[in-house]
Formats: sequence, structure tokens, C-alpha cells
Amino acid sequence: MEKEKNPGLVQFRGVMKRFGDVLAVEKTDLDIPEGSLVTLLGPSGCGKTTLLRMVAGLETPTEGDIYIKGNRINDVPIHKRNLGMIFQNYALFPHKTIFDNVAFGLKYRNIPKDQIKEKVSRALEMVRLPGVENRMPSQLSGGQQQRIALARAIVIEPDVLLMDEPLSALDENLREEMRLEIDNIQRMLGVTSIFVTHDQREALSMSDKIVVMEGGRKQQEGGPEEVYNNPANHFVADFLGHSNFVDGVIQSRDGDGYRVKLEDGNELMAEGGDWREGDAVEVVVRAQKLDIVPRDSHQTDDAVNCFFGKIKERSYMGGEVSYFVELENGTVLHVIGIVKTKPFRRGDPVAVTAPPRHCKLLRKES
Amino acid sequence: MLAPSLSAVFFLLVIPVCFVVVYSFWLRSPYGADIPAFQFGNYAKFFDDFFYPSLLIRTIRVALETVALCLVMGYIPAYFFYRTESRLKPFLMILIMLPFWISFIIRTLSWINILGDSGLINHLLMKGGFISAPLPMLYNEAAVLMGLLQYLLPFMILNIYVSLDGIDKSLTEAAKSLGCTEWQAFKEVTLPLSLPGVSAGCLLVFVLTCGTYLPPMILGGPGNDMIANLIFKRIVGTLDWPFGAALSTILLGLLGVIVYTYNRYLGINQIFKTLQ
Ligand SMILES: Nc1ncnc2c1ncn2[C@@H]1O[C@H](COP(=O)(O)OP(=O)(O)O)[C@@H](O)[C@H]1O
Ligand SMILES: [Mg+2]
Repeated sequence: MEKEKNPGLVQFRGVMKRFGDVLAVEKTDLDIPEGSLVTLLGPSGCGKTTLLRMVAGLETPTEGDIYIKGNRINDVPIHKRNLGMIFQNYALFPHKTIFDNVAFGLKYRNIPKDQIKEKVSRALEMVRLPGVENRMPSQLSGGQQQRIALARAIVIEPDVLLMDEPLSALDENLREEMRLEIDNIQRMLGVTSIFVTHDQREALSMSDKIVVMEGGRKQQEGGPEEVYNNPANHFVADFLGHSNFVDGVIQSRDGDGYRVKLEDGNELMAEGGDWREGDAVEVVVRAQKLDIVPRDSHQTDDAVNCFFGKIKERSYMGGEVSYFVELENGTVLHVIGIVKTKPFRRGDPVAVTAPPRHCKLLRKES
Repeated sequence: MLAPSLSAVFFLLVIPVCFVVVYSFWLRSPYGADIPAFQFGNYAKFFDDFFYPSLLIRTIRVALETVALCLVMGYIPAYFFYRTESRLKPFLMILIMLPFWISFIIRTLSWINILGDSGLINHLLMKGGFISAPLPMLYNEAAVLMGLLQYLLPFMILNIYVSLDGIDKSLTEAAKSLGCTEWQAFKEVTLPLSLPGVSAGCLLVFVLTCGTYLPPMILGGPGNDMIANLIFKRIVGTLDWPFGAALSTILLGLLGVIVYTYNRYLGINQIFKTLQ
């Protein structure tokens, strides 16, 4: 029988961090479930690293408590926390061999020599770099060094694996490979992990849970699909993917949806939420969810949420094309379309349709 | 691109040294200009009287003592500069450089006002009634070491600091996350990675001590002369240029051998440097 997983292996309770006048992290509550990979996602300076470093014991919370496996660890020094850390710049010890690097944590756990040897070679196999024990870090490439850093962190069987932008120093093509590597190993070992990144693709592709942060505050927390499809606010909708925003006012309820009077004069059907007539809202539509067709091939004039305009800008991106469409009333929409036949050119008249179920409503933020 | 620096080295260093070496073979004439010659009399004179080699030995001993003192007293502030996040850091760094803006002679002379019979310390001790006669603190080796330390400590601090500053702070954080205490992380990571700076600082302090004559001249007694004092006295005092040149050549040769061996032996540290 499988052991029940702890839903809050790491718990933040009212955790806040201030550096002098700078409020790096506002009062935050957060649970990291056992065995899961949770991503802290947000733009630079939003407090992700600070949150991670408080788990590591490299920063002390100004207020609040952090628990690991139910034990409050605020006052436990870093070397007693049993954590694996992976840094952006690998942080391998340049004067030690790969073996000594990977064995480092084991040495401080008083593990017998022969066992250390065995564990090190198993960890190196796991990161697919067997037999490099006697090399020096500088003799390995960046991607290999980061894999050694991963081996060094997991070999001690940490309670929590902490990763601060571990992929951002790598070349574009290596990044994907290393991401899969981390993803696989994390799942194989089932080690509870916190992964910090500003890259939404990394976050969306590997996380069990994403915590979107901005200005030191948690904006939304949820699975990748939930966060992507149901953004909680303007920031999340804007940060993840490419979105169009139009302000409007709820006019009436219409079946499952709402009729919204947009500020540019158009009218639009949207779905979801619980709104009252007169509520000020913001309509969000993902650029990928808009349909775009040539104007003349568009038949019916009574289709819902259909707008006419001209291609203003376009950029070809291989499999898809990104268009900016200027509507007749001047509003500009961002549309990302898959190239089926021939991409549109600048100036082409087009019809853009926004399916109501992809038009999400957010409360208008002042 | 290299031409200007190479010619500077050539004209300002190689040629003068060649002159000194050539001069060391000349004969001294008591009456007029020295006589060009090729003979080893000046060198023989050095080894004939043990007084001369003994000065060289003392010089090396004092230089080693200075290196040891500078190392201990230099590592601590260098490490402090590396670790501190104080806003005062740039200001404190300037304080380290400040002595360079004051003439070396003045700085050395100022110790007389501190350690001398009527200097600050004796004055305070006598006023306070702790002693009745001034303590003799000047004109001994300790005073010379004090002067040397004051002169050379900034070089040591800066060399070590530069080396420490190149160490990525996440290395110590990684070490601590793997189970090291602060002190263990220092021993495992920071100290070994700062050795190139330590090694460069030690060599610099050693060589500079061997070549200096002001602290022994101003703060030392008759028994504290070092080899550079002898050279100074022979050339400026008795105008014995050929012997002075021979002494200089011997010192130069010895330092050359020491620097060469040191670099070969401590070449291991170069590996650390290149690894970073
Ligand atoms: N040691 C520190 N001293 C002062 N301010 C800091 C320190 N560390 C981080 N900050 C500030 O806290 C905020 C959050 O930083 P950080 O957690 O590093 O953000 P992120 O990792 O999301 O880019 C930033 O405004 C940053 O300037
Ligand atoms: Mg960061």
C-alpha cells in the first residue's frame, strides 16, 4: 500500500521578508506537497529567490514560520536542514574533482568510504555522466556541470530539492535537454522540489503546481493548465502567454454567458464567473484562441464575436504567424494563427472571431 | 601592441640591470674614475668576510617574519572586505590605500613619535605612572618589523582580497547546504580558493622586504641592518660602486632563484586559478 503523501511537506505560514526598506516578500502562505515539483514563477525582482533562500536557511524570514515535515525550521542552521540546492551558475567546487564534488555532502554525513563510492557512481549514472569521477569541473561543458550539480544535490537524499533558475545559464538547445533531465530525475526519485524560474515555458512544462508571483506577492497558485486557462487577474493573464485585454461593462446575462459592452463600442459574448449588470470588467482573450479568416470568405454577418479589420503587422515564426490586426474602430488585436495555407500579408482584410468560451472575464482593477 | 611595454621594460629595467652587472666586475680606484675590468674581486670580498653573507641571511629571516606577520594580519581584513555588505566598504577600502598617498619616509619617521623615548606611548605610560623611565621600543628588530608591516600590509590585503573577491559566494552556500558549518565551508572552499592571492601577496611582500632599507635605517639599531642598507652605504656612503654593484647582483640572483623555485613549487596553485 502506498504511503499517504504529506500535502504540506514544506509549509509557509505568514512568511514575510524585508531588506531594509525593500519588502521582498509579502506575507505568504504556501504548501508544497510531498513528491511534487512546485515552480515559483515571476518576473525578475518579484521575490522568488528570496522565498527559496528562506527555505534553504540562507535568509531568515522577517515574520512568519516555515515548516518542513511539520517541524518549524526558522532557527535550524542551513547545514542541518538536509536540503539539495542547485544554483544558476552550477557552483561546483572548482578545486575538487567531480568525485569529491559529488561525495561532498556524503562526507559530512559520516557515510563509510565504500558506500560513498557506490552512491557517487550511482548518482553519476543517474545524470548520465558515468566515469567522470576523476575529471575537474572545468573540463566539463556547462550542461554537464549542471548535471554534476544535480548529482551532488540528490546523492544526499535531501528532504527538499531547491533550484534557483538552474537552466538560465545554459544555451537554448541544452536548456530543453536539461529540463527533461531534471523532470525525469525528480519524478523517478519523487523528491519534493521547488523550482524558481522567470520562464513560463519551463514552468508550464514541468510543474505539478505553479505559483505566480509579482511584487513580492503570490498572484495565483494552481496546476499549469488552470493557471494558463483561468488566470486569476490581469497580471497572470498578461505574464503567461500572449493575451488581448479590452475593458467593458456587463450588459446582461445571456444563457451561460454575458453580453459585454466594450469600451471601443463593440459588443461581445463572454463566459464564466458570476457577474451583475453594470459590473466593470476586463475581457481577456489569448492570442492563440482567436480565429482569423480572410474577410471575403467570411459568410454570415450574424456570427457572435466577429470583428473585421486589416492586418497591421505580421511576423512569421515558423509553424505559426503572429499578427496584429487593426479593427475598424481602431482597436488592435494580437492573433497567433497556425499557418494552414498562405499567411496573410500586411493590409489584407480579415475577420477575427473570438469564441465566447475563450473570452474570460476579470474584475476591472483600479 | 606589445612594443611600447616591451621597450619600456627594456630601457627602464633590462639596461640598468645590465649596467649594474657590468659594473660589478670593475675595479675600484681610490683616486678617480673606476677602472673597467673583468675580475671577481668584488664577489670574493663578499664571501671572504662572513659579515656580508650574514647580512643576507638576516635579510631573508626578517623578510620571512614580515611575510608571516602580513599574512596573519592581512587575511583577516581581506576576508572582512569579502564578506561585508556594509555601505562603508568603499570608504574602508580607501583607508587601506590612504598610506600610499603619504611619503614612505614620513610614514616611517612617524613611528619615532609613537615609539620613541618621548613618543606617545612612553609619554602616556609615564604620565599614568606605570613606568618611571621610558621603555626602549625603538632601534630594535621589533620596531623594524613594525615599519615593514605598515609599509607592506596593504599589498598583502589587496592581493588576498582580489583573490577572495573572485570566489563565487554560492560556492560557500552550496557547501553549507551540503552539511558544512561556516568554518568547515571556509576550510573546504574559501581558503583553498584564496591561495593564489595569498601566494602572490607573500611573494610580493618577501621581495619588497629584501629590497628596502628605510625601516632598518630609521627604526633599527646598528645590528638591524639588512642587505639593502649595506648597498646604500657602499654606494652613497663610501662611493664604492663596484662592490655595491656586486652586492646588488648577488641579491638579484638570489631573489631570482627564490622567485623561480617558489613559482615552480607553488605552481599547483596556478591550477586553482585557471580552474576558476
Ligand atoms: N540581500 C538583499 N539585500 C537587499 N535587497 C535584496 C536582497 N536580496 C533581494 N533583495 C531585493 O528583494 C527583491 C526580491 O529579490 P529576489 O528574491 O532576488 O527576486 P527574484 O529572484 O524574483 O528576481 C528585489 O527587489 C531585490 O532587490
Ligand atoms: Mg532570482
